Amino acid sequence: MNVNAVVSTRASEQDLRAQEKAAKKAEKQRQRRIAKDEAAERKRAAKSGFSNPDNPRRSMWLTIVVGIFAVYSLFPFVYLLINATKTQSDFTSTFGLGFGHTFALWDNIVTVFTYQDGIFGRWLLNTIFYVVVGAGGATLLAIMGGYALAKFRFPGRKAVFAVIIGAISVPGIALAVPQFLLFAKLGLTNTPWAMILPSLISPFGLYLMWIFSEQAVPTELIEAARVDGAGEFRTFFTIALPLLSPGIVTTALFTIVATWNNYFLPLIMLKDADWYPLTIGLNQWKDQASTAGGQAIQNLVITGSLITIIPLVIAFLLLQKYWQSGLAAGAVKE
Amino acid sequence: MQGSNEAVQVHRHKLDWRGWKFMWPFALVFVFVFVIPVLYAIYLSFFQTKMIGGTVFVGFENYTRLFHDPQFWSSVWRVTLFTIVQVPIMLTLAALLALAIDSMRLHGTKFFRISTFLPYAVPAVVSTLIWAFMYGAKYGLIGSFNQWMGTHIDVLQPSVLLAAIGNINTWEFTGYNMLIFYSSLSTIPHSMYEAAAIDGASEWQIVRKIKMPELKGSLAITVIFSIIGSFQLFNEPSIMQNMVPGNAITTYYTPNMYAYNLSFTGGQSNYAAALAIVMAVITMVIAYAVQLNSMKEQMK
Repeated sequence: MNVNAVVSTRASEQDLRAQEKAAKKAEKQRQRRIAKDEAAERKRAAKSGFSNPDNPRRSMWLTIVVGIFAVYSLFPFVYLLINATKTQSDFTSTFGLGFGHTFALWDNIVTVFTYQDGIFGRWLLNTIFYVVVGAGGATLLAIMGGYALAKFRFPGRKAVFAVIIGAISVPGIALAVPQFLLFAKLGLTNTPWAMILPSLISPFGLYLMWIFSEQAVPTELIEAARVDGAGEFRTFFTIALPLLSPGIVTTALFTIVATWNNYFLPLIMLKDADWYPLTIGLNQWKDQASTAGGQAIQNLVITGSLITIIPLVIAFLLLQKYWQSGLAAGAVKE
Repeated sequence: MQGSNEAVQVHRHKLDWRGWKFMWPFALVFVFVFVIPVLYAIYLSFFQTKMIGGTVFVGFENYTRLFHDPQFWSSVWRVTLFTIVQVPIMLTLAALLALAIDSMRLHGTKFFRISTFLPYAVPAVVSTLIWAFMYGAKYGLIGSFNQWMGTHIDVLQPSVLLAAIGNINTWEFTGYNMLIFYSSLSTIPHSMYEAAAIDGASEWQIVRKIKMPELKGSLAITVIFSIIGSFQLFNEPSIMQNMVPGNAITTYYTPNMYAYNLSFTGGQSNYAAALAIVMAVITMVIAYAVQLNSMKEQMK
C-alpha cells in the first residue's frame, strides 16, 4: 500500500515532468512561430517603406554619406588632440596629423597651468564662476519667465514676446557699445558684474522654457493646486518644477555653453587679465606670437584649447539623454 | 479668504496680473541690459565729440555720414553675401542630416546625432584657432598638403577668405540647427507614418508630405537665428585677423568689426552707436520680413 502509493506518485511526478516538458516545447515552438511571423511582417512593412522605430531597415549607403559629415565634424577634434601632444618645435615642423618626435602632452598641461604664474587656473576658475552665477541665473529667469508666458494671460504678454524677439535681432555691438558706456558710468566695467549681468538674459532659453512649459505642465494640474489653496509659488515649485526638469536641463546646457564660450562681451568689458575667462585668455596667448618680441606658445594655446573644451564635451555626452529628450519633448512645436 | 480671492480673479473680464510674479525678474534685468542700452545708443547717435566745443548735438549728421561711408557699405555688402551663401548651405545640410537621422535607417544613429552636434560646444576662439591652424600654408594641414602634392593652395588669400570663414561657421552651427530640425521631426507621432503607409504612401512621399511641412515651423527659428548670427559676424574674422597674411581682414571687414574698432580703438562711440542702430534696424527688418508670420503662430 505504502510502496504502491510511492510508486504511483513517482509515476505521476514523471507524468507531470513530461507534461511540463511538452508544454515548454510547445511554448518554444509558438514563440519561434511568432518571431518568424513578426520578422516576415517587419520585412513586408519595410518593403512597403515607412520609418518605424520597430522595424529599422538600415542603409549602408546612407550611413556612409552621413559618415562623411561626421568625419568633417570630428576631424578638428582629432587635430586638436594630436597637436596637444607636441612641443612647440614639433608643432611647427612635423606633419599636422602625425605625432611629433616627443610625446609632450603631460608637459604641455603642466606648462599651461604654470605659465605666467598659473594664470590659466585663474581663468578657469573665473569661467566656472561666470557660468555658475551667469548661466545659473539665466536658467532660473528663463524658467520663471517661460512658465509665466505659457501659463498666464497677463497684461503685456504679447508685448513681452515682441520685445524679446526684437531684442534677439539687435546686433551684439548695438548693445555692447552702449552697455559698455553705461556700465563704465556705473563703475561696473572690469568687474565680474560686467560679465554676469548681460549673461543673465537668454532670450532663446526663455523661448525654450515657454514652449516646454506649455506642453509639460497641464493647466488642470495648476488649477487643482490652486483649488487646494496652494499659492502661486508653491504650485510652481512643487508641481511645475519637477515636470519641467528635462526642459531645465536643456535650457541650462544652452546657457552654460553661451556663457562658457562667450568672447565678445568679456573682450570689451574686461581689461584686467585677472578677471578674464578662458576664451579671452587663450586669444591673448595666441596673439603673443604676433606681437613684437613675443614668444610663440602655440603648443600652450592648443593644449589650453583642449582643456577649455573638455568640460563641455563631457557635459554634452553625460547629459545627452536628458537634453535630447528635453529638446524633443517640448522645444520646438510645429 | 485666499481661496475666494483667487476664484474672483479667474473671471475673464478682470485683468490677471499673476504672471508678472514670475515674469518680473527677467523683465527687470532685461530692461537694464537691453532696453536702457538701446535707448542710450539712440541718444548717443545724435551727438559728436569735436576737438573744439566737446560733445555737441548734431542731429542726424552721424547717419548722413554713415550713408556716404564706403567702408560701412563694403562691410554690409560682405555680410550680405556671406548670409546669402552660407545660411542656405548650412540649413540645407542641417535639414538633410536631420531627415537622415530621423529616418532610422542609419547604423549608429546615436553616434551621428551627438558627433555632428559636438562642434557647437566649442568656443568660437577655439574653433577659429583650430581651423586657422589647419588652413595655414606654412605649417598647417594645407601647407603639408601643398608640400606633398606640389600644389599652391592658399585658402587664406583674400578672394576665398570669406568662404574659409563660412566653412568655420558651417562647422560650428550645422549640428545645432540639425538638432532643432530633428527635435521637431520627433514630435510627429509614428501612427501618422503607419497611416500614410497603409494609404500606400512611399517613403519619399512621407518625407515630402509629412516631414517637410513639419520642418517649416523650426525653419522659422533657424532662419531668424542664422540671419542675425551672420549679420553679426565678428568673432571668427577678428580672431583670425593676425593669423592671416597681410591685411586681408581689415578693421571694417564686417559691420560689427567696424563698430568695434570705431568705438574701442578709434574713440568714435557716437558714430559707432549710429552704425549699430542702422545695423539693428536692417537686421530686424530682414528677420521680420523673412519669418515673422510663422513666428506669429506661436501667439494664438
